[in-house]
Amino acid sequence: MNIQQPLARSLITARTWPVFMDLVVASLALAAFIGVVSTGVYWLGKPVPVVPISNSISALPLYAFYSIVRMSIAYLLSLAFAIGYGYTAAYNKRVEPWMVALLDILQSIPVLSFLPPVVLAMVALVPGHQMGIEMGVILLIFTGQVWNLAFSFYSSLKSIPKEMVEATRIYRYSAWQRFFQLEMPYAAIGLVWNSIVSVAGGWFALIACEMFTMGDRSFQLPGLGSYLQTATANGDIKALVSGFAVVILIVVATDQVIWRPLIAWSDKFKFEQVESADRVTSPVLELLRRSNLFSSLPGRVFAKIEEPIFRRLARSHECQVVQPLDQDEPKPSPLLWVLAAAALAAAVWGAMRAVFMLSSVTWPELRLLLEGAAATFLRVNVALLISAAWTVPVGVAIGLNPKLARIVQPVAQVMASVPATAFFPILLIGLVKIGGGLGIGSIALMLLGTQWYILFNVIAGAMSIPSDLREVSSLFHFTRWQRWTKLILPGIFPYLITGMVTASGGAWNASVFAEYTHLADRTLQTVGLGAQIDAATDSGRFPLLLLATIMISLMVVTMNRLVWRRLYHLAETRFKLEG
Amino acid sequence: MLPVDLPNQAPPSALAAEPIIRAEKIEKYYAQPSQNRIQVISATDLSILPGEILALLGPSGSGKSTMLRMLSGLSTPTAGQVYWHQKPIAEAEINVSIVFQSFALFPWLTVLENVEAPLQARGVEPEVRRARSMKMLDTVGLDGFEAAYPKELSGGMKQRVGFARALVVEPEVLFMDEPFSALDVLTAENLRSELLELWANKTMPTKAVFLVTHNIEEAVLLADRIVVLGRNPGHIRTDFRVQLPQPRDRKSEAFTQLVDYIYKVLTRPDVVPAQAPDQHAAPAVRDQRQMHYQMLPHARPGGVAGLLELLLDKGGRDDIYHLANDLAFEIDDLLPIVDAAQLLGFLTVEEGDAAITRGGSEFANSEILRQKELFRVAAVDHVLLLRQIRRALEAKSDHTVPEEFFLDMLDEQFSEEECLRQMETAVTWGRYAELFDFDAGRRRFVLPDASEEDAAADSAKDSPGPEDSN
Repeated sequence: MNIQQPLARSLITARTWPVFMDLVVASLALAAFIGVVSTGVYWLGKPVPVVPISNSISALPLYAFYSIVRMSIAYLLSLAFAIGYGYTAAYNKRVEPWMVALLDILQSIPVLSFLPPVVLAMVALVPGHQMGIEMGVILLIFTGQVWNLAFSFYSSLKSIPKEMVEATRIYRYSAWQRFFQLEMPYAAIGLVWNSIVSVAGGWFALIACEMFTMGDRSFQLPGLGSYLQTATANGDIKALVSGFAVVILIVVATDQVIWRPLIAWSDKFKFEQVESADRVTSPVLELLRRSNLFSSLPGRVFAKIEEPIFRRLARSHECQVVQPLDQDEPKPSPLLWVLAAAALAAAVWGAMRAVFMLSSVTWPELRLLLEGAAATFLRVNVALLISAAWTVPVGVAIGLNPKLARIVQPVAQVMASVPATAFFPILLIGLVKIGGGLGIGSIALMLLGTQWYILFNVIAGAMSIPSDLREVSSLFHFTRWQRWTKLILPGIFPYLITGMVTASGGAWNASVFAEYTHLADRTLQTVGLGAQIDAATDSGRFPLLLLATIMISLMVVTMNRLVWRRLYHLAETRFKLEG
Repeated sequence: MLPVDLPNQAPPSALAAEPIIRAEKIEKYYAQPSQNRIQVISATDLSILPGEILALLGPSGSGKSTMLRMLSGLSTPTAGQVYWHQKPIAEAEINVSIVFQSFALFPWLTVLENVEAPLQARGVEPEVRRARSMKMLDTVGLDGFEAAYPKELSGGMKQRVGFARALVVEPEVLFMDEPFSALDVLTAENLRSELLELWANKTMPTKAVFLVTHNIEEAVLLADRIVVLGRNPGHIRTDFRVQLPQPRDRKSEAFTQLVDYIYKVLTRPDVVPAQAPDQHAAPAVRDQRQMHYQMLPHARPGGVAGLLELLLDKGGRDDIYHLANDLAFEIDDLLPIVDAAQLLGFLTVEEGDAAITRGGSEFANSEILRQKELFRVAAVDHVLLLRQIRRALEAKSDHTVPEEFFLDMLDEQFSEEECLRQMETAVTWGRYAELFDFDAGRRRFVLPDASEEDAAADSAKDSPGPEDSN
């Protein structure tokens, strides 16, 4: 599969800013969390109507419709936010390191940890109304999607070739023209690929978040997620299977009708100097292109809107004078100093309140958390190892055989988009029947959710090994061992690292869903940090939730710094193929 | 403020003119947190004057590109100030363009959209935009490629699009950042001569060209003024005018001297550069007063005849470009024929128009035999080589002369290759004019058969044949 750009999650390994920044940003995030939770708890008292979830198959189309609407709104919100955030970060040198640090930390927090503050905030906004929960769930899905997109857009902006930016400056493009003629097209391919990944993550979150309990209150919304969860709780296999079938149907339809045409269309934006031989084709796109309406209408409409805007902008100051690229930042206004001081005060207050809140955690609970952390850490790495063990040979075999790659690629793409949380319950029920526990099951879920990232990247890596190196290895009759150690593994190393960083982040996220489930009449759980987060949310123990979240975030960020960044550096220096 | 060392005299017009862009003590350095400064460019003064092509030469790391960006307003100097017509460049509404080394085209826009984009930024109406862009594409020779995408074009064509885009806004100064270094040798040669053509014919309203290059020959070929940069930190080592007339001959002595001089300057960074070599002794390639032998344009007599007939048809006077278009000729193919006709006195060139002379009209109106005779008279009158060959043949008793004799004399003026070409052209003309015959086997000139001569002489003039006159 042609992964044009590395999945954005792995880009965090390229950061070099100091730890101090992370700490300040983390404290700010804490402050926000506590502020919201404190106010929200107040509103929690108001009753919210609870909609019953039916388990009949006839309800499925409607539920599917609701879920799709939620997903679409969340995706559009994520896209808009990602573009705005990435743009601001890329062009404001002063705030750039802070914004990226914030992105890094937020990305490492599992979706479920966002649940209490988000839901509480939304409930507070629209008290006593179903709408509050809806907005809450949409925002939750948003948090599962947006960081990837923001990173992708930001890094695209930073990697635009310097001469093209200089061309826009010397010819005095307005910001509007620059955005639509340079920045968006350049970022388009990255956004498309990362959208596919994000939407897959969004489904993952949606299925888990449409129905949940917090404290003594339970929230549920009509949709596919709650349908599946109710079916799991009742042990209704037929409902589970049909629900799962609908999910697969939606994923395949999205792939054919939306993603493949988009990928084929975004070929136009590939920044390469020569035509390439293999391209993705999409029958839907061909159909659209052949219809006169679709091919000429958008162009004409756009042109009509654009012209008056260009005329207006041509008179503005930035279109009359050449703006230097390395202009000194204007001295920060006093307002900025005030804001910075306020932020610092908030950070300190947040840290203090957090410490106070955390002090209510008892020692046995703390020990449980630490044990859980160790257990989950072990599980994540075992999952990574198992994934790598099978995806590397299979990926290399597929990547080195272009015909096979062409067949496998679309299938793998669809399979990666199917949210693992959808069929996890089926898997679980099967496991329970055999007699296994959630310990194995959670590893299985992590595998199912994240091994695809490694597979795609390994395939891409194998495809990109230059043919002349392969010729050398066959010319000199390398043995199999030599081929693997001297050609293949070093060749796919950078891609492998990218895949594993992404998979690792996904596995941590998945641990929250994997280690704690309501099944039929009982609650399955295992020793793990994810389970602790789930349990804390269930019982409404916010201090515990906070501590567990801090621990996960800390572990992910530390792993990034200590392990992945080093390996990534190695990939960039020693194992990089081009000069 | 003019640059400090000017070993050669600047032509009066340039001295009096006010510089378009003037850099006053500009510096570029990066401050390190450890109190050290990385000085990229030390305090420098540089002016870009109207009417000249200025080449900035330097080794890599000398800050040529940084200098270009400071002079064009893309980068702010850390110290010093750049002025545009006496106004600070950051506030002035400057009109400049840059042609980039890597073309900097937008792959998702067609060629036409790429060229239109700067006009869009200026709020030009769509119809006007399109018309101007199409005209510019025509000028750079890309007519027919408007709907193509950059990835379908070769390197040379992509850079032509780069030129079209740069010129469509009619910039006052055209900046070029190593524009030909990403192209193969032949394409680069082509584009260079096209650039010179555009500049010489004032097809563009551009007043000055600023070229950054690391190719010494390119700089000497194109520039009116060369500034050589040194590095660590970047500073001007020498700044001098190039007075060789265009078109410049790579093989001529003055050219090679200049290239050697610059080469020495570049390879001895520690030595203060000597004065630039005196260029007044350089003979212009087409300056006939300096040469003993005129350089024969490589055209066939038939071509001259055809051109004169066409010119007469047009009323005796026409623009050379129109003529080229009508004939579907490249201007490079037409010019030798025009030169030949001019040399023989059959037409004159005034301000880009070719005007037929009385002799030329007579030539065009005559039939073939008369044409040959007129040609013969004109050739002997105007072409020294042919006159000499004819005289030598008449003087010798056996009326043959070896080719080597004349090649030897030509050798003093021309390169070996050019000698052979000159001789070939002279032979063609001589044969057509029936001045002499050439025995290719023995490589000897021969007077045409005595009997043929006699017959021609009897029928035409009834006077004694050539061998009788002593």
